[in-house]
Amino acid sequence: MTTTAYEPNMVLVNETFDVVGTRPIRHDGADKVTGRALYGADFDTAGLLHGKILRSPHAHARIKSIDTSKAEALPGVLAIVTAKDLPTTKAGVIVDFGEGNMELKYLRDNILASDKALYKGHAIAAVAASSPHVAEEAAALIDVQYEVLEPVLTAPEGMKEGAPLVHEDLKTEELGEKTDKSSNLASHFRHTKGDLDQGFQEADIVVEREFNTVTVHQGYIEPHPATALWNQDGRLHIWCSTQGAFVVRDSCAQILDIPVSQIRVVPMEIGGGFGGKINVYLEPVAALLSKKTGHAVKIVMSRADCFEGTGPTPGSYVKVKIGAKNDGTITAAHAYLAYEAGAYPGSPVGAGGMCVFSAYDIDNVVIDGYDVVVNKPKTAAYRAPGAPNAAFATEQVVDELANKLGMDPIDLRLKNAAKEGTRRADGPVFPRIGCVEVLEAMKSHPHYSAPLEGPNRGRGVSIGFWFNIGLASSCSISVNDDGTINLVEGSTDIGGTRASIAMQAAEVLGIAAEDVRPSVADTDSVGYTAVTGGSRTTFATGWAAYEAAQDVKRQMIERAATVWEVDADSVEFDKGAFKSKTDPELSMSFKDLAGRLSSTGGPIVGRAAVNPQGAGGSFAGNIVDVEVDPETGKVEVLRFTAVQDVGKAIHPSYVEGQMQGGSAQGIGWALNEEYYMGEQGQMTNTSLLDYRMPTSLDLPMIDTVIVEVANPGHPFGVRGVGEANIIPPTPAIANAIHSATGLRLERLPMNPGAVTEAGWKQRK
Amino acid sequence: MPGKTYVQATINGEHTDFLCEPRQSLLEVLRDVIGLTGTKEGCNDGNCGACTIILDGRIVTPCLVLAVEAEGKEMTTIEGIANGSTLHPIQQSFLENAALQCGICTPGFIVATKALLDENPNPTEYEIRFWLANNLCRCTGYDKIIRAVQDAATTMQEAKA
Ligand code: FES
Ligand code: FES
Repeated sequence: MTTTAYEPNMVLVNETFDVVGTRPIRHDGADKVTGRALYGADFDTAGLLHGKILRSPHAHARIKSIDTSKAEALPGVLAIVTAKDLPTTKAGVIVDFGEGNMELKYLRDNILASDKALYKGHAIAAVAASSPHVAEEAAALIDVQYEVLEPVLTAPEGMKEGAPLVHEDLKTEELGEKTDKSSNLASHFRHTKGDLDQGFQEADIVVEREFNTVTVHQGYIEPHPATALWNQDGRLHIWCSTQGAFVVRDSCAQILDIPVSQIRVVPMEIGGGFGGKINVYLEPVAALLSKKTGHAVKIVMSRADCFEGTGPTPGSYVKVKIGAKNDGTITAAHAYLAYEAGAYPGSPVGAGGMCVFSAYDIDNVVIDGYDVVVNKPKTAAYRAPGAPNAAFATEQVVDELANKLGMDPIDLRLKNAAKEGTRRADGPVFPRIGCVEVLEAMKSHPHYSAPLEGPNRGRGVSIGFWFNIGLASSCSISVNDDGTINLVEGSTDIGGTRASIAMQAAEVLGIAAEDVRPSVADTDSVGYTAVTGGSRTTFATGWAAYEAAQDVKRQMIERAATVWEVDADSVEFDKGAFKSKTDPELSMSFKDLAGRLSSTGGPIVGRAAVNPQGAGGSFAGNIVDVEVDPETGKVEVLRFTAVQDVGKAIHPSYVEGQMQGGSAQGIGWALNEEYYMGEQGQMTNTSLLDYRMPTSLDLPMIDTVIVEVANPGHPFGVRGVGEANIIPPTPAIANAIHSATGLRLERLPMNPGAVTEAGWKQRK
Repeated sequence: MPGKTYVQATINGEHTDFLCEPRQSLLEVLRDVIGLTGTKEGCNDGNCGACTIILDGRIVTPCLVLAVEAEGKEMTTIEGIANGSTLHPIQQSFLENAALQCGICTPGFIVATKALLDENPNPTEYEIRFWLANNLCRCTGYDKIIRAVQDAATTMQEAKA
């Protein structure tokens, strides 16, 4: 009898390749382990000035006056800017940078408040000075007079009749129609499928519950940095840490009202983003300060600035009702999703609506989504934005159904799992997806059948769906005469994408991953490339690299034909060598031909620009064991297994890394993290000591199973991996807590206080 | 403005001197005055560990040390970890184990790991987690970092044997 050792990280390989699927050392690795890599805050240039932003101490206040005279008088202060220095905006001008529409006025007001401060931390004014300390002193000398207003802090509060209005002129959009009702409810949408009432009538059992989640932050370790130089020739140069250099360029062009051609954005290395480094905050302010002073101006946020002045992900109120037959068939589902948008419309409730029931094939569905403005920072994307809030509800209700029906929770999910041909309530029909395969991998995982030893322990499972996106990417490749290639692309490398992109080009050209020199270029030097976000980079920019490599291959085949004086059609490329289809004598390696390019007609450059539509959705599931301390309510995660269908893992190590990182963020969201708000809307825990993200001591090893159900919409089958993994942890942990204690946790975070309180309620 | 103080110290084995204001942190001076930007700032209040350096044999967060306090001290920063033109086994292990994603936390983790393995060449998983608990990483979930430290410990033990 043979026993196989337990594999903490499994890859259920579908198709094998030479380079794709291997684990080379990342190309930017040495720079990043020696401290040589330059991140946004590391940028320096001659005559650099330092900026500091003064932020509102009030969550909701009318700005009556701003007196900068004392600050201006401080030696070392060179310029001060306020909203008056921004171009004025007419209401109703809409802009879109790929992450949804936004009123230009809101976009500008979020950079520097013009009439009202809408959240504590809202930028009011900024100083440029000879040192960061002088800038800070000067900012404190700016005298702002406020009329303090009552804040509104949660979606349900904001929707109440008579609630204080965040924007007096905001009119509700009801099912696509603008109404003339002034309200904090920016919009209400509805998706319907089938007949909901009929579906609930068919059900033998119905479970309905309400859930509340609170604001949490992306928590990247690098605070936002930006340096701007508005050159004397009128061109604006920006060095920053961003997920999308072109988004920074386009946003700044709109905000500052200058053509995109006048702006060059240099993406520095980025210290984490998770969606939070797409919007611009500092860049336009640094630009205004640079224009006034003629110097480059650098602004770096403090940690508190990050929490209070940049997009968190929203708190939400979610009600989910699901009905099922006794055999486990789900017959109907209704979701009511109310999300905080923050100070301006645009919460991720839309995405929440796309994901809330999408792991299931249900005939009768209604999904209502409400986007509500509140006096908190404008929400930004955070890893599968909107989906975790919804899944926390759905996956607990499904768990409760399984309990009541006496069914295994994975079997119940398998019975109702979405598959190819399932139509989502929001419209799309699923192509080939891996929901069933993920559930099956969970069911057969040794973790699922391992005995749970000891008291107060429980096990929970859950599944989550994220749609992933495509969008535009560009890439060019030049061939070096030593047989290597230089690859230029425009996607910020947040977690190993230089490698995953380079490997796709290497696969096409039959060379080693190490023979590719990938670099991320500025906006003057590469074609338009959308954000590193939406799990799209390895999918779309990888595809651009694939196409650029195909272009190189075509040109190299022609060159080989020229050298051999044969027809290009008679030359083929296989396993790194050019061969004549007819004459076996004629064969040349990629390297040999590369060395002869200059003598046979000149250099070869391949290029591609793509905008692929076929992003395949990704499903992620978790199996979690917890132990709940009956005295304190503290939950410890004992064992954690993350399973995800990624289509094809180009570099499995970094795929596992995404799964583990998303899981860790989900665990933090589940158990600790929250904006702890004072009554007047002040976040009271603005340090990393008090905003408690998981440390190494809080987590177990995070085991992974990579499922590969190839995406028919990508040359190597890639679906994308970055986001879906943050969706299942909160409900899986909640379900594990229920299995350990019998308690249903209806709010996040499930910290000791929440668990203890739920216990008291149950005993009452 | 307060006058500047003249400070002499040893950084990565080299005698170094600098002028600093009394209010400047050692982190600010390392990065902005001396130009050693490999040491990262994540919080400026001691809670993230991104700035971790070794000061007189102990790991400290220089965002909580005043630069004037560095007088006469010996420091190792991330720039001093590699052995000339070859990576330190810890650095190599971080690469081989894919123990970094964005990499902003990496210098702090590598320096902290160096101090750990200097003191405890064969740590358990728990000891590694305990030692590194002041270093936050938001990208990796720590799994691959723990494995990288374990592998580095093994390699360094084998090299000694
Ligand atoms: S910057 Fe020093 S501990 Fe965070
Ligand atoms: S790798 Fe990004 S914070 Fe650790």
